[in-house]
Amino acid sequence: MRTLRTGLRVYGLIATMWMRSTMTYRASFAMTALANLAATSFDFAVILLMFTHVDTLAGYRLPEIALLYGAAATAFGLADLTMGSMDRLGRRVRDGTLDTLLVRPAPVLAQVAADRFALRRLGRITQGLLVLGYALVTLDIAWTPLKAAMVAMMPLSGAVIFAALFVAGAAFQFIAQDAAEVQNSFTYGGNTLLQYPPTVFAKDLVRGVTFVVPLAFVNWLPALHVLGQPYPLDLPRWLAFTPPLVAALCCALAGAAWRAGLRTYRSTGS
Amino acid sequence: MRLYAAVAAGSFRRYATYRVATAAGVFTNTVFGFILAHTYMALWDERPRLGGYDLSQAVTYVWLCQALLMTCAMMGGGFEDELVERIRTGDIAIDLHRPADLQLWWLAGDLGRAAFHLLGRGAVPLLLGALAFDLALPASPLPWLAFLVSVALGITVGFALRYLAALSAFWLMDGAGVLHFTWLAGMFFSGMLLPLTLFPGALGELARMLPWSSLLQIPVDVLLGKRTGWALVHAYAFQLGWAATLLGAGRLLQSAATRRVVVQGG
Repeated sequence: MRTLRTGLRVYGLIATMWMRSTMTYRASFAMTALANLAATSFDFAVILLMFTHVDTLAGYRLPEIALLYGAAATAFGLADLTMGSMDRLGRRVRDGTLDTLLVRPAPVLAQVAADRFALRRLGRITQGLLVLGYALVTLDIAWTPLKAAMVAMMPLSGAVIFAALFVAGAAFQFIAQDAAEVQNSFTYGGNTLLQYPPTVFAKDLVRGVTFVVPLAFVNWLPALHVLGQPYPLDLPRWLAFTPPLVAALCCALAGAAWRAGLRTYRSTGS
Repeated sequence: MRLYAAVAAGSFRRYATYRVATAAGVFTNTVFGFILAHTYMALWDERPRLGGYDLSQAVTYVWLCQALLMTCAMMGGGFEDELVERIRTGDIAIDLHRPADLQLWWLAGDLGRAAFHLLGRGAVPLLLGALAFDLALPASPLPWLAFLVSVALGITVGFALRYLAALSAFWLMDGAGVLHFTWLAGMFFSGMLLPLTLFPGALGELARMLPWSSLLQIPVDVLLGKRTGWALVHAYAFQLGWAATLLGAGRLLQSAATRRVVVQGG
């Protein structure tokens, strides 16, 4: 617990440093923040353009897809803001600068995660929440306190699942170094996948993101329960309430992978 | 001319060196190809022949997009980060002293990079897509040749756009903001997100007139046989026109920038 507190404090200090550095160039910060907002909004713009031609996509109406999109985008945005820098670890392994972090009396994970903390990534969270808000006001749902709690849960436990993916991806980079882009398949690729309902995809793909890389627990399973839509693969309904448990399990596994990766690290020497 | 050929060859070899990174990129492009192919199939199941494409052509569009994404550097990944950094640190002074034209130097380098990305990162995802889906790829070599010419022109247009954006660093110092907006336009107006024929009304007309359609929409339509005869000539003229205009603008901006440059530090 003391290590966790130290880690959070280190994270805060480094993130603050990068925020102050970013604000030195205010014009560039404003432009990149707007660019981040616009770029991440394009995914929903695509969906809107699709719905200028159709009324339903794979059996889902626009507000229903907006719920899926909003939950996934907000969850991914939170993870990207807080842990997105993990995908740069491969470069540090290759050029030896990881050694600098290792000699400091601070948790390496906190240092890597906070490195180049980018406030502009708030753009993705902002537009995700806007789409989520649109979905909630346009959908006709028989609300219960449990369903409302699930809507709040989706971005939070989903963010933890994506964050665990970022950490696992970083652990992979201890081995793969130059192959950092593989993890984009699961992080950015996963985010793109979850913007659409499971009825869009082949059964094998749905099975893969449910049982292998549990992305389905980010938004598919809770949202389909809220919407009253049928579950894929004949899954039981009670899985709708398990995302927090899955998130905790993902954290444990990612943490173990990270410690294993760090333990096997050998410097390139200098 | 030999100088620029050497720069292009060196650039090809430089990017070819990172084999593991290339394999990782191929993997990711392939995964995205599978995800997006399914979303397109869902859309075309609802509306067959949407945008003038049948289902097979629509899925082919997705895989060609993955093949050309890095080639035309629609989301960045070309020379521009490096050029901006050289301007910011002042190393650009070294480049300006060389007996070589700055714009042609970077163009040669970008063409070399694009050639590698087309072969090394574009071909494999397209092949895997063809194995997994029923793609509408031409059997005879002539459409492929016409396609490659169009891709080369698209790469040049893409370079010219990013070169203009990179030169803004002479004034702004931190060119990241302008580059990000260039990448945004590249994503939206190239047809990378959806075919431009699906953009409704005036937005669609605007998108098809802007230079970014040269990067993806036009080459894909050439390969799918939607631009033949005079339509093909018109497509090439469109791409050449934008390339000439933007390269010319780049040259003007380059002159203004080099007159203005005050190298920092030393």
